[in-house]
Amino acid sequence: MTDQHELRIRVPVLARVEGEGALDLTIRDRAIESLQLRIYEPPRLFEKFLEERGYHEVPDMVARICGICPVAYQMSAVQALERLFGVDPGAHIRAWRRLFYCGEWIQSHSLHIHLLAAPDFLGFDSVMEMAKTYPAEVRRGLRLQALGNDIIALLGGRSVHPVGACVGGFHKLPDKNEINKIKATINACYDDALALLEWTAGLALPDDRQAFCCVALQHADEYPMNEGRIRSSAGLDIAAEAYEQHFEEFQVPHSTALHAGLYGQPYLVGPLARLNLNRQSLPPAVRQALDATGIAFPSDNMFHSIVARAAEILFAVVEALRILEDPPDPVPSRVEVSPRAGTGFGCTEAPRGLLWHRYETDGQGRIRRARIVPPTSQNQARMEQDLKASLEGFGLQRDAAALRLRAETVIRNYDPCISCATHFLRLNLQRREP
Amino acid sequence: MTMKPRLAVHKFSSCDGCQLALLNLGEALLTLDGLVDTVHFAEAGPVNPEAQVDIAFVEGSINTREDVERIRRVRANSDFLVTIGACATAGGLQALRNLADGAGWLADVYARPGYIDSLDEARAIRDHVKVDLELWGCPVNRRQVVEALRALLFGVLPVEEKEKVCMECKRRQAVCVLVTRGEPCLGPVTRGGCGALCPRFGRDCYGCYGPSEAANTDALGRRFAGLGLVPADIARRFHGINSQVEPFLTGGSQWVAGDDRST
Ligand code: SF4
Ligand code: SF4
Repeated sequence: MTDQHELRIRVPVLARVEGEGALDLTIRDRAIESLQLRIYEPPRLFEKFLEERGYHEVPDMVARICGICPVAYQMSAVQALERLFGVDPGAHIRAWRRLFYCGEWIQSHSLHIHLLAAPDFLGFDSVMEMAKTYPAEVRRGLRLQALGNDIIALLGGRSVHPVGACVGGFHKLPDKNEINKIKATINACYDDALALLEWTAGLALPDDRQAFCCVALQHADEYPMNEGRIRSSAGLDIAAEAYEQHFEEFQVPHSTALHAGLYGQPYLVGPLARLNLNRQSLPPAVRQALDATGIAFPSDNMFHSIVARAAEILFAVVEALRILEDPPDPVPSRVEVSPRAGTGFGCTEAPRGLLWHRYETDGQGRIRRARIVPPTSQNQARMEQDLKASLEGFGLQRDAAALRLRAETVIRNYDPCISCATHFLRLNLQRREP
Repeated sequence: MTMKPRLAVHKFSSCDGCQLALLNLGEALLTLDGLVDTVHFAEAGPVNPEAQVDIAFVEGSINTREDVERIRRVRANSDFLVTIGACATAGGLQALRNLADGAGWLADVYARPGYIDSLDEARAIRDHVKVDLELWGCPVNRRQVVEALRALLFGVLPVEEKEKVCMECKRRQAVCVLVTRGEPCLGPVTRGGCGALCPRFGRDCYGCYGPSEAANTDALGRRFAGLGLVPADIARRFHGINSQVEPFLTGGSQWVAGDDRST
């Protein structure tokens, strides 16, 4: 009877991930027969809406791909369009944007650590449950999340779909009062960020070592965020413009999100990949705090992602304070942009990893074509590969509840953003063009 | 002991941004947990999509046959159904496909469109089931959601905000970007609630809170033409985040090629 040896696990709605997806797993004779991370959110076809729109409409539109990382979408978009038009908004705008982005890293990473991931490692179903046993830790997390939101709102008016960023700079930059206020808030959260890093390193994280290829931006002078070259742990070193020559995306039957491969192989983007490739670029204070945890980076344990996130929160706090120590000029808040026809590329580090954009415009700066590759599409193949290895290492003989929880923990550890992953169009389009 | 009211948060096609109005509540999120029993809120943890609840918050638009079935069950299981945000209330940005050749797009989009369960259009919740309360905005903000919850917990409906963004601008003494800078601001036809966020940032409102009461899109469209916008741009102005709602739908469509009202 094969029945005795067959175990099907179906998780129809994955809890504590952004967007909705499901997992189907079949184990036969103690081997994984099939494993599918199903993403069934209908695509929202953003690249198509962008066509014919003016370049100035792009930041407000692409933000709506993801409520959790709208800043990342805005930053990759403005970078691509400014490069296309040949404008450089200047060092002060670059600094303000970096601050803006620090806010999003702090907000998104705190949300993930406390509301989505930590309950797994401490045995709770939700942060509300966890707060009953760990009230101080949860409150610390909520404070950091609020700090991230406040920084985004400083430059964008609100933290979800901020309205401040534009091609050329910002519509408005903060005044002295606002700067002093945010500085005080950031300072007040420094100890929280430090304590959080130590705390994540002390969690009972599974020891699950795997070989995987890391991909992240790298920059000569700083921990990568707004720009850099695309590097991999296998030696890749390319400019953003060359992305399409090395990475490709493909459709799989069980998912409305594309999978991506680097020369056809799965790869990892996100905090662990970034830290593994860029530990040496961290400011000394952050590097010391990271070393003090006793966890060595680069790490091949995927579960160290939560520690990498906490390290990046501390980094973003330190970086935000550095930027505001001698605040960048508040004027001009933006530079004039003269549109022209061409193709432009933008690549920045979203909280979840590499976010790559390409736009083609006409002479008036109207979008002719757009292509956006979000982090979660890039991580999908790697997630499935990890799930197989993790579950086999965990022991396929275990009962369904234990296997299910481990599988969910593995998935949540990636902080998959399904809303991001399902914004897209497939790539080998047959377009009906004039 | 009385039972706490039961709350569910359901998600359809969306960016997850409106749920963040709850997840970003900070300390108040823990207080909320003391006031209501959250039985379904997948992103926060609890999963029980078929549960009977007193209040259901719904984010996102209806895009698939499965969505249609699911929203009907949500309706049947919920005393009060509240849509949160532009996607659920008006279809959202993804409803722009309704203005294009939706079916054709999907065929273009997937190598194997058969794998994709998708309707030709993205629709607001009210196009499929009765909605008790609609909260506008892309995204809704924390204040709106908390006020709605508070009112509902007392068994009343909150006061609807229908006033124009212009009124909020005046109250907050923001400089009018339409008059002073000639920006194509949608404030004169957009519902307030955001506190005139964009004008206070020195930029034009793009209508994310949907149409206000007595919204004269005809007059504003002509004004935009006077500012030098070409008809297609005027159409796109109204056809943004809330393209499917009147008078934004007609306010924009009348400028689409073939209509010569701009001359
Ligand atoms: S209304 Fe806007 S913020 Fe809310 S879910 Fe839809 S796209 Fe996101
Ligand atoms: S001013 Fe308009 S676009 Fe800006 S937040 Fe308010 S309603 Fe939305």
